Amino acid sequence: MVWINSVIQGVMLGGLYALFAAGLSLMFGVMRFVNIAHGDFIVVGAYLIVTFIVSWGLHPAIGVAMVLLLVACAGYLNQRVLLNRVLGKDILPPILVTFGMSIIIQNGLLELYSADSQKLQTGWLETTSLQVADKLAIGLLPALMFLTALGVIAMLQFIFYRTPLGRMLRATSDDPEIVPLMGGRNAHTFALATGLASLVVGIAGIWLAMKTNFDPAAGPARLLFAFEAVIIGGLGNIWGTLLGGIILGVAQTIGAQIDAGVQILAGHLAFLLVLVIRPTGLFPKVSH
Amino acid sequence: MTKLLEVSGLTAHYGDFQALFGIDMTVEAGETVAIIGSNGAGKSTFLRSLTGLHSTRGQDIRFCDQPIAGMAADQIHKRGLAMVPEGRRLFRSLSVEENLLIGAAGKRKGPWSLAEVYSLFPDLKAKKNNPGTALSGGQQQMVAIGRALMSNPTLLLCDEISLGLAPKVIKDIYEAVPLIRERGTAILVVEQDVGQALAVADRIYCFMEGRVSLTGTPDSLSREQIANAYFGIGEAA
Ligand SMILES: Nc1ncnc2c1ncn2[C@@H]1O[C@H](COP(=O)(O)OP(=O)(O)O)[C@@H](O)[C@H]1O
Ligand SMILES: [Mg+2]
Repeated sequence: MVWINSVIQGVMLGGLYALFAAGLSLMFGVMRFVNIAHGDFIVVGAYLIVTFIVSWGLHPAIGVAMVLLLVACAGYLNQRVLLNRVLGKDILPPILVTFGMSIIIQNGLLELYSADSQKLQTGWLETTSLQVADKLAIGLLPALMFLTALGVIAMLQFIFYRTPLGRMLRATSDDPEIVPLMGGRNAHTFALATGLASLVVGIAGIWLAMKTNFDPAAGPARLLFAFEAVIIGGLGNIWGTLLGGIILGVAQTIGAQIDAGVQILAGHLAFLLVLVIRPTGLFPKVSH
Repeated sequence: MTKLLEVSGLTAHYGDFQALFGIDMTVEAGETVAIIGSNGAGKSTFLRSLTGLHSTRGQDIRFCDQPIAGMAADQIHKRGLAMVPEGRRLFRSLSVEENLLIGAAGKRKGPWSLAEVYSLFPDLKAKKNNPGTALSGGQQQMVAIGRALMSNPTLLLCDEISLGLAPKVIKDIYEAVPLIRERGTAILVVEQDVGQALAVADRIYCFMEGRVSLTGTPDSLSREQIANAYFGIGEAA
């Protein structure tokens, strides 16, 4: 039973990793660039929600709406004003710029909030759980987290394959040079992609704040989990990213069951194993 | 007739290399004009310059009596200039229908719609949900033309729409040209097949090494003149 339990916990945790990964995957899919500051943006989302709800005492719903609106707009502007300038054939400039952002964000957070770790207390949400069987209970919070991940992935899938915006995003990803001949504006399209990815980053940050302790230096590890989930799932496949997150989560909770010290290591080993066996990931992009 | 496109003295460079040396050209509303010329003559560079894919800052290009040189490609597109690019360039993760719909992203009003494109190229309708790149070469070319038409252009540029296609397929595609003209769209085609160009066009421009080496109506030009202008034979004579 403890094993079944850890698999279930792992699946739920995988939802969180899929939330970490979805934004990264989306930006890579559309612009072919890896945002090194991705994890730090997630942590910013976590700090924002704590600030709005705990420090300012806003209603949680208003706090959540404000975080999402803020990060989506910031993402759009960041792409439009800064990142679009460094996109190009050379992959190094965007990596360097986002690496710089990562350092700036970490130091900024340290200055503003100190190095103390934080967590958003959720009261009854945290203590309520669903008794599935004897010795097997699913917490309400992890269950909601997993459902959020499902919802986010389904939303992205819908936007990508069923809306004019998604069509434009895919076309721009395929052949950015030609899209302006159809009236597309790449600078705007890229910024919309980052805005959408940032919305998901905001959601991930809110869940990070509710799920675990975090501090200003928590970003890079989130980037790593996100990156591993994307690679395990296969680049460019949104549902694959969810499965990648789940595999990573399950590997970690099973590792933790063996020995609390090998939790993170077990996740990395699962990642390496997939990389060795199937370098393109388990579910690489099926071209439409 | 009103002048739709007026280009004078257009030059183009790739770094230090000069590809166009002062091209003059006019296209009247509703006209079909063909550009012929051998590989590397600068035909694609010329079309890319008109659409804004190649920078023309500070030069003299007028479209519908407005200067368009140096404008961004999406802005030029908005004014009614669409291009079928060399090599078709369909979006590989989009279905046939999605490729067509992307063409309408600029939301210009006019006679063309999905239904009109499917009636122009009936083959496409049955394949509308296939990936664009899963079609035969001729059908892919039809998608590329349909995609450009979906923006309801006043001037349609076509870069080598017959390249690599079987004669029967080329015939099918060129049969669409008069139907497109009927809807009021002027057409500027780049075509290496001289016979095809002479058959379809009201006027011909021949490019050689970045210059216009000959221009006129098909019946005013002799085979010899064209051969000279195309291959540069008799240049010294
Ligand atoms: N991207 C490029 N970089 C450098 N030179 C180019 C490029 N594209 C075309 N050229 C050169 O410009 C000239 C004209 O090319 P192009 O316009 O493609 O000719 P055409 O379409 O008539 O075959 C050729 O000499 C070609 O080598
Ligand atoms: Mg060419």
